[in-house]
Amino acid sequence: MDSQLSDLIQFIIMGVQRGCIYALVAMGFNIIYNATGVINFAQGEFVVLGGLLMVTLTMTAKLSIIPAFFITTMVVTMVGVLMERFTINPVKNPSVLRLIIITIAVSILIKGVAMCIWGKGSLYMHHFSGTQSFNFLGASILPQTLWIIAILIVIVASFVFFFNYTMTGKCMQACSINRDAARLAGINDRRMVMLAFALSAGIGAIAGIIITPIIQMDYARGALLGLKGFGVAVVGGLGNSMGAVAAGIILGLIEAMAAGYLSSHYMDAIALMILLVVLFIRPSGIFGSSEAARLKDF
Amino acid sequence: MKTKTLILTNLMIFLICSMLYAAEPYRVGCMHAITGKASWLGEPQRNTVKMIADEINAAGGINGHKLELFIEDTQGNNTRAVNAAKKLIKKHRVCAIVGPSRSGTSKAVIADVQRAKLPLVSCAAAESMLQPIKDRQWIFKTAQNDSDAIRRIYEHAVKKGYQKIGVITGTTGFGAAGRKLLNAMAKDYGLEVVADETYSPSDTDMTAQLIKIKNAKAQALVNWSIVPAQSIVPQNMQQLKMKITLYQSHGFGNIKYVKAAGSAAEGIIFPGGRLLAVDTLSKDDPQRDLLLKYKKDYEAKFKESVSTFGGHAYDALKLVIQALKNVGDDPAKIRAYLETARMTGTGGIFKLAPADHNGLDKNAFEMLTVKNGKFVVLED
Repeated sequence: MDSQLSDLIQFIIMGVQRGCIYALVAMGFNIIYNATGVINFAQGEFVVLGGLLMVTLTMTAKLSIIPAFFITTMVVTMVGVLMERFTINPVKNPSVLRLIIITIAVSILIKGVAMCIWGKGSLYMHHFSGTQSFNFLGASILPQTLWIIAILIVIVASFVFFFNYTMTGKCMQACSINRDAARLAGINDRRMVMLAFALSAGIGAIAGIIITPIIQMDYARGALLGLKGFGVAVVGGLGNSMGAVAAGIILGLIEAMAAGYLSSHYMDAIALMILLVVLFIRPSGIFGSSEAARLKDF
Repeated sequence: MKTKTLILTNLMIFLICSMLYAAEPYRVGCMHAITGKASWLGEPQRNTVKMIADEINAAGGINGHKLELFIEDTQGNNTRAVNAAKKLIKKHRVCAIVGPSRSGTSKAVIADVQRAKLPLVSCAAAESMLQPIKDRQWIFKTAQNDSDAIRRIYEHAVKKGYQKIGVITGTTGFGAAGRKLLNAMAKDYGLEVVADETYSPSDTDMTAQLIKIKNAKAQALVNWSIVPAQSIVPQNMQQLKMKITLYQSHGFGNIKYVKAAGSAAEGIIFPGGRLLAVDTLSKDDPQRDLLLKYKKDYEAKFKESVSTFGGHAYDALKLVIQALKNVGDDPAKIRAYLETARMTGTGGIFKLAPADHNGLDKNAFEMLTVKNGKFVVLED
């Protein structure tokens, strides 16, 4: 087998795997951005909660992967709902700045609670289906990588279905396009905000569940995980979930190619430089519409 | 009769006075990153110094003086560390300081400590903390030198006949410092660094870096990092079926990293403190009894695994206690005593000298390996 080709395939797989994780975090940012017009700084904390809870359920409570997966997602979704009900919903005059500061406060709170429950060390869990890699055109792939890619595909598919073919999804979309008009048409926009927090917490939890076997998890990881995801959300066009998926995978691929063919020292620098260039040329992101961006306050 | 009463009264007064004098405690300051990002360093250190103080005081103190600790939390933050140092110096008027936990916070407090003329025994590793020696008269440290860990790795690699090595480091302070040293010291051992790669703490996959190392025909790989992401390197090597020897830094000395890497961790070689593999040490090792006792006491009291980082605080406080026992609590005398102190500690056998405020050499590290998911002393 040609070793250069197999190296290239290995880099592509690595890039797609990294990109899928960025994409999942970015999608979480986008859902809440669409519903409220703010960036939820607690998004990284949802990822951390998902990971930590999964570790407890599989390693301590010895549940098998599938029930643990659903319980974790449900619990973190509930955390998202509670966050919205107790911190976002009661705000009388929800200005963008006020809401952003609230999300920062919630992220600090979640971090503190997670530290008290799970301690300060990093926790690990087993891969979903073993660490035996298999060969694909000369490149070797871990089963966990396939899990990550498959779960991203499932989530994207259910998103497309939800926002285009269900009443609730369409109501949410209407709210994100024009909240006042949606309210006049009889849509309960506050309930849509709650739903948005539930969905993005759930997606965050899933991202946490699938990466924890690889990178381990600790209570303070949220900011780091949120950062790249936020960059991806911006490049993809804030609010554009499909843009986030594409931008995430592109960024992951760029990083993997930079690490493989140039030098891993400049991997992050190259990725961030490309982000900057994109934002100079198209401030609304690759897939964002500049018309829509002008109408948003943030 | 009258004289008798007078003598008795005098005796009483003298006794009371001497008791009061004896009850004057020795005041020692401790600064650790108990909370915050480096709490995995500071928490075991705080636990350790408390445990030692309780033990000393239960046994009657040091020459009849109680040992009183003033423990401050630096949160691993430079500003807070400087404030904590000022508080210990001005408010608590301590005679010596143990800590801080991190190299950065240690360097941050040097100026204040030097000015106050107080001995400080840091628990952090950076060698640059002690240089230049004439401006760092009052600074000591107990953690082993990073360069000694590299010496042990390179000596082992030379013994195995390797000539080309690859280096992969994390992009944290620990990783960056190690990367510089690894590259600079390779020449001294006749080794060639054929690949020099890095990864960030949030990376999930290092196959691209490893393929570059593989294509550069490295015969062994040194993975120098302290973050959990280092466990991904052996896993990815197993995935890519790379069979070359993997060396890790002493930052691998946490059994959780071994568990996270699973079967891929088997056979990893790294230099570490003897505390990690105390059960497999030879019976005549001079540190063995001390390490066993520390491990047993710590694990019984705090219900968590003992760590080498707590050991650095153990050594620092024990050095200070030894000085207090011999010369009392005058800071200048403690400093003079520490400069020639001899002690068997958890980190190694300390032989301090005026030109060497650490007192450890490369023998403070033992080459360890992973066998059946446990740290054991390397046989060959």
